[in-house]
Amino acid sequence: MDYSSNNVIVQMVEWLLFPGNWSGVRGIPARVLEHIGYTLLTMLIAVLIAAPVGLYVGHTGKGRVVVVAAIGTLRALPTLGMVFLFVLLAGLGLMPPIWALVLLAVPPLLSGIYAGISSVDPSVTDAARSLGMNELQILFTVELPNALQVIMGGVRAATLQVVATAAVVAYINLGGLGVFLVEGTQIRDNGRLFGGAVLITVLALVVDFALGLLQRWLVPPGLRIDYGREAPQNSGRQQAVASAQGGTT
Amino acid sequence: MRNLSEHRPRGRTMMGLAGGLVAALALTACGANSDPQSDPGNSAGTGSVIVGSADFPESQIIAEIYAGALKAEGIEASTKPNIGSRKIYYAALEEGSIDIMPEYSGNLLMLVDPETAAEAPDEILDALPDAISAFSPDANLGVLEASEAENKDAMVVTAATAEKYSLTSIADMGKVCDKITIGAPSTFQETPYGLPGLKKKYGCDPAGFESLNDGGGEITLKALLEDDIQAADIYTTTPSIEDNDLVVLEDPENNFLAQQVLPLVNLDTVSEDARAILDKVSSMLTTEDLLNLNREVSGEEKRNPADAAADWLVAKGLAKK
Repeated sequence: MDYSSNNVIVQMVEWLLFPGNWSGVRGIPARVLEHIGYTLLTMLIAVLIAAPVGLYVGHTGKGRVVVVAAIGTLRALPTLGMVFLFVLLAGLGLMPPIWALVLLAVPPLLSGIYAGISSVDPSVTDAARSLGMNELQILFTVELPNALQVIMGGVRAATLQVVATAAVVAYINLGGLGVFLVEGTQIRDNGRLFGGAVLITVLALVVDFALGLLQRWLVPPGLRIDYGREAPQNSGRQQAVASAQGGTT
Repeated sequence: MRNLSEHRPRGRTMMGLAGGLVAALALTACGANSDPQSDPGNSAGTGSVIVGSADFPESQIIAEIYAGALKAEGIEASTKPNIGSRKIYYAALEEGSIDIMPEYSGNLLMLVDPETAAEAPDEILDALPDAISAFSPDANLGVLEASEAENKDAMVVTAATAEKYSLTSIADMGKVCDKITIGAPSTFQETPYGLPGLKKKYGCDPAGFESLNDGGGEITLKALLEDDIQAADIYTTTPSIEDNDLVVLEDPENNFLAQQVLPLVNLDTVSEDARAILDKVSSMLTTEDLLNLNREVSGEEKRNPADAAADWLVAKGLAKK
């Protein structure tokens, strides 16, 4: 499309406002839906992998060293490289690039679940045990609600990373908002390039805000961490939340 | 690079000694980053020239070939690799900080005359000189003889697919396009030579399209070999074409703009002798040569472009070992 100016910001705004970019299978709404679809699929698979491992390790304390080492290794993998590797190994299709994103989502999820469960005050679990609860009851009715704040921190961090990084799947036969970055680079269309980047940023912010609301709604009022006031008895959990969310609360 | 800066002070001093108006003009024209080129001791006008190259290996290889051929005939030439994209190095030529650039006919014409009506390879070559003069009236730039070597987008199929549908050209493919899935960069769906061009010129409406943005690399190749896609957009000098017996379909309607390799030069600083040498190089350079040189430099061997170029020059008798 033709822009009225060479200014990148002007081009970006014009691209975003151009009605033709908001319709069709290659339009913005379709790409947003694809992007959300990849993110949901990735998070679903990642939760299925991270939840059992995280709950087990958090509750029993067994295998902690292995999990921490694995998390570190996974975090060091470059996602774009993984996309190419999986496509070369498994061929074209939806799943190979999605697996690369799963590798990205598992570490923050796993560390959130594991850290959340293991940071529950031992006196609370001991009390539950003395009431005659079995280990599974303790895990799901005592530890899990207590850990929810930290776990949701991990979920938010993982989702944010996946939304931001899912752009890479556009390199290989998938869609999503990354398509605008790839195409904008290919034909030197700066409006499309920066417009796409802004869309990804906005989507990431909206998703994070929505998850923040979900977090507030899920966590029982008595277990909420109120950052406004001093809460010395919860400082350990506050730190755990912060670390699971990547340093922010 | 180091060589250039070491030579600069000496060149400047000599010109200062000459003190003539011509030398002073030459110095202003050169710009801050260039090597002053008029050597008072060499009155034949064969002063040293700088061959630039763009930011991809093939361009560097051709630049080394040009420089090597000139040096073999006693003309001082140096290279300045990795200058950047077309707009950047074209500006460098205009301001005189480089003298020679390897170029591709179609893309060069698209820069200097985006509205051109030229389509056939010869039309493009004929249109270039006037278009360049009109685009940069203040500089005396021009193109020399074009080689037959060409690096352009092309529809490539496997030998098996070519046999199955008896394909030799895109026109043949147009008849069976409903059975063909095309793999190409994402923007192939909208660029004039992409799906719109295939439809307009060959009536081809493919069964499917896979956007593969690896520049016709490993993933495109694998998809083609595994029959996930039946035709791919791959550059004609890509070694994998020869390595896998792929078939480049002919393009009788000139859907893909011709991209013949040719030198774009500053006519003020590149002498008649030098032009004759470059013309001779162009008369010998073929697409297959480029493909093989690319394999040496970008393949597993990872040869230095200068070494690969030197061997090619010796093999063609343009330089001695």
